Amino acid sequence: MEDRTFYNEVITDHNLHPLHKSDMDSPDIVLEGVNPSCGDEILLMLKVNDGVISDASYSGDGCAVSQASADIMIDMIIGRELSEARRLCGLFMKMIKSEATEEEIEELEEAGALENISRMPARVKCAVLSWRTLDEAIAGKE
Amino acid sequence: MNRDIYRVREDFAILNDEVAYLDNAATTQKPASVMAAVRRYYETQNANPFRGVYSLSEQATAEYERARACAAAFIGAKDNEIIFTRNASESLNLVAYSYGMNNLKPGDEIAVSIMEHHSNFLPWRMVAQKTGAVLKCLKCEPDGTFSDTAIAEAITDKTKLLAITCVSNVFGRVNPVRKLANMVHENGGIVVCDGAQSVPHMPTSVSELGADLLAFSGHKMLAPMGIGVLWGRYELLNSMEPFMQGGEMIETVHWDRVRYAEVPHKFEAGTVNVGGAVGLMAAIEYINSLGFDFIMAQERALTEHTLKGMKSINGVNVIGAEDAQHHEGIIAFTVDGVHPHDVSSIMNEAGVCIRAGHHCAQPLMDHLGVRSSSRVSFAFYNTVSEADRFLNRLDTIRSLMGYGR
Repeated sequence: MEDRTFYNEVITDHNLHPLHKSDMDSPDIVLEGVNPSCGDEILLMLKVNDGVISDASYSGDGCAVSQASADIMIDMIIGRELSEARRLCGLFMKMIKSEATEEEIEELEEAGALENISRMPARVKCAVLSWRTLDEAIAGKE
Repeated sequence: MNRDIYRVREDFAILNDEVAYLDNAATTQKPASVMAAVRRYYETQNANPFRGVYSLSEQATAEYERARACAAAFIGAKDNEIIFTRNASESLNLVAYSYGMNNLKPGDEIAVSIMEHHSNFLPWRMVAQKTGAVLKCLKCEPDGTFSDTAIAEAITDKTKLLAITCVSNVFGRVNPVRKLANMVHENGGIVVCDGAQSVPHMPTSVSELGADLLAFSGHKMLAPMGIGVLWGRYELLNSMEPFMQGGEMIETVHWDRVRYAEVPHKFEAGTVNVGGAVGLMAAIEYINSLGFDFIMAQERALTEHTLKGMKSINGVNVIGAEDAQHHEGIIAFTVDGVHPHDVSSIMNEAGVCIRAGHHCAQPLMDHLGVRSSSRVSFAFYNTVSEADRFLNRLDTIRSLMGYGR
């Protein structure tokens, strides 16, 4: 029990060594997400060409769950069409609610590492912060 | 550490070996006698107090007044100086609306310590904004003490009111209320104290405290949620306007004139929380039966043991004093590179309940330059093995989060 934890290596790696935590010059889409339960903020920045996300990054401070979730998400959506990114947001939400099938969780690749967040209801908002923000950002453009 | 603690723990059904409840500054657990008292009241004595002329209502009234006398004796006050509220927050708001809004004028100064819980800061911020009074900040040092310079800056001859907590819910340090109160009183000001973290953990005597008003919550001292106390000097309470209007706070009401009931009923509009008051009485009786000698020895031993352990763990930074005697059961801390919410979740996985966040004291967090922190807080029913469980998990947190991998 002492060393068992929800914080698996995928989460801690993305938190300690983020791939996409940086500012971006003249992004096409910017949206700020706030987690009301802890006040953590995340700024999501996207570059979009012909409906395809050509680059993305985020900035802000927060807990490992929100930071890792954002980093994993951005890694997945770069190179995808906006509509495809939104579909992944939907899948992620489904997984968090424990409603996703095994195939759907597989499709979420590394984001599947956050599956067990549903067992920590107080932390669900941290995990979905970036996904919700992305969904809103794209919805605002459509 | 007293061995009897395991017998004491049997009074608390919720305590077990699976979960270490170490968030007692947020709320305490309730002993069986408190639950039994509330149940007995509702099963045998419940009626609307003060109104009925029948025996059952008279019994409910008597129980409520007995609880008032019990709370008064607990802090060395007179019975008619005790006002029952929902909690410390409501008590403090009562003072802000009733005293603050009616007595403070533009140019008057309100001094508020930087370490106040939001509930003893926001009401005064509101009063200052609405009355034109000036809000002055009493800043503290990193160890929770107040320098003479800081005191001189905050408390002046214009200070009409000082709002200060007896014990901060972050530092856990006892504040020099009497010394500050003497300064404020010299210029005719009054002192409002938040006793939410002190009254449950140490003997309180309002005459020794030196304050004019004292607020505390029942739920932080073994009583049910929803019952709190405001104590005030009688003359002061008597001069104050009612806070809320309604039933049972009047003597006579006509279309064109109203005469209010006497203190304390003037401040207890509507049907009161007799069940809660009875629960608070049982809680006080329980505390008295254990005695503060036992309670304080227990909590100090736990604090000392835990603080010593925390200091030996790399990457853990304690907020406040170096020595355990200035922590009164409360130790707030940060872990290098690990967000407090992650600390709390990792603790939870090991069955340890601790607080994470700003502890409703964001101005203090800003002042200390910390975004948020974690907090472990003890009650007398906690054990050394629970403290060790916390320490063992704390020792693994940084490696669980990937540091040094």
